[in-house]
Amino acid sequence: MPGLIGFLLVVAVPFAMNIGISFTRWRGIGEPRYVGLANYTRLLADTAFWTSLENTLFFVVAMAVVPTVISLVLASTLFDYVANTFGQGLSSFFRAGFYLPQILPVSAAGILWGWILNPHGVLNLILGGLGMVGLQGNWLGDPGLAIYALMAVMVWLQIGYSLVVFMSGLARVDPSLYEAAELDGAGSVQRFWYITIPMLRPEIFVVGLTTTIAALKVFAPVYVLTNGGPNFSTMVPSYYSYYQFFSTVRVGYGAAIATAQTAITVVLGLIFLWAQSRDEEEDME
Amino acid sequence: MTDATIPSAPAKPSAGRRSRRRGAGRWIVLGLLILFLLLMLAPLVLAAMNAVKTAADYAARGPLALPHSFTIAGLKAFWVHANFPRKLLNSLLLSGAAAVFGTALSLFNAYAIGIGRIRGGRALLVLILLGIMIPQESLVYPLYYMAKAAGLFDSLWSVIIIFTVLQSAFGTYLLSAVMQEFPHELLEAARVDGATRWQILRLIVLPILRPTLAVLATFFFIWTWNEFLLPLVLLASNDTQTISVAMGVLSGQYVSDPTTTAAASLLGIAPTILFFLIFQRTLTKGVIVGAVK
Repeated sequence: MPGLIGFLLVVAVPFAMNIGISFTRWRGIGEPRYVGLANYTRLLADTAFWTSLENTLFFVVAMAVVPTVISLVLASTLFDYVANTFGQGLSSFFRAGFYLPQILPVSAAGILWGWILNPHGVLNLILGGLGMVGLQGNWLGDPGLAIYALMAVMVWLQIGYSLVVFMSGLARVDPSLYEAAELDGAGSVQRFWYITIPMLRPEIFVVGLTTTIAALKVFAPVYVLTNGGPNFSTMVPSYYSYYQFFSTVRVGYGAAIATAQTAITVVLGLIFLWAQSRDEEEDME
Repeated sequence: MTDATIPSAPAKPSAGRRSRRRGAGRWIVLGLLILFLLLMLAPLVLAAMNAVKTAADYAARGPLALPHSFTIAGLKAFWVHANFPRKLLNSLLLSGAAAVFGTALSLFNAYAIGIGRIRGGRALLVLILLGIMIPQESLVYPLYYMAKAAGLFDSLWSVIIIFTVLQSAFGTYLLSAVMQEFPHELLEAARVDGATRWQILRLIVLPILRPTLAVLATFFFIWTWNEFLLPLVLLASNDTQTISVAMGVLSGQYVSDPTTTAAASLLGIAPTILFFLIFQRTLTKGVIVGAVK
């Protein structure tokens, strides 16, 4: 069957090759030289690698945590308030509008944000025009700021995804539930806390899992906006392995980085799935 | 006409609930939402506004002012300089092929695993799930090496094959789940009537799954369109690059000329906005399909 052959050729064999390469020293040409675990011991002592893992946590916050919180509030406002007060059409319009950034090519969105955030870019011009020169910054060029600038871009990109998933989850909630709660005197904050959040538990899990995994793989925004710099301050594992593969051509070392990244991703994914099935079992009881 | 005379009658059953929300509060909520939406869409609006300005206009009035001039020089410069039509064609070919082949492969795989019941179907599904999770970084160098060895480096075929398989991993997973809910009596009846497996697939399974397959294909198209790492590595020359890659390669040059950069980002974004307008319903529905996994 062609599916199996394709899977072997495109996923399984390259994946095994990558692990194999990670035990060697190789410049991409000639014979790879077996060096055992040397690449991995070096990895553990490499501060740039640890920085890249630390930055991954920043991206988890920017892609999984912040958009989830914002989208929960937005989704419940649109469902519980806008749809009732102003009609379903307006609610759908807002949903589509917030979703739009999500489908742009990240590299094109990167060009756009580079244009806004560069030292002579739109943001600094606006701040200057408002007389707030003191707030101007070299958003992507300052090691203390660049990671936060990237985080802001990722929040912008990600809100649409979680919003649409949450709104689809709310679609199976009976609106009369909200109505009954309202008649019983529950305010909008209480309805959010005691109806929306519990109802959306499965969706919050799915969004948490998929966006956390996506955060572990962030590549394009870093490539386009900062190249991992300045001074490694925005380095992430994906870009670091790419950098070793194709810039320094330390292929063995790059493969070790990629393998470590894969191990972390798979372990985190499995923990998530395990927690989800446990949660579902508890619900059954 | 008769209808028009009675619109003031409170006919809606939810009128009681609505009337309690007539206060000023709702306008504040709406205002905040609009403000937030404008903030979200501001980068796109700014790009569109400044893409058609002359450089002098931009320098004199800044990025926030409405254009006092109109020129397509910036758009044209990028269109010609980056050989945009070629890149558009490459992106269309790659994404179209990956969508069609990927969907077909997903269907065959899922049919074989789910309804055809080949042995070890569950183990295969777990494997597929791992295939979805694996970061592309751990495949990229071997794929680069293999493409070179096979003479497919810098050819659209290499990425078409790769994305057909990668997308079909998710598609197989999703369709297998859908097929488990299938009316088995229907298939059993067809089998009793002597239908071959191929006939069952073509005459029964395919028509029932058609809407799901359409959503899947739309999603594969957009996902492949936006893919960056593998096309960046595998498509080296100007003639094979996709829009997504071309935009990435352009980065670093943005300081030079703000209006051309705005034009470039507008052109890079425009096709997906077009798809968005066409497929808006499918796309938002597709996320729901994706979230069911």
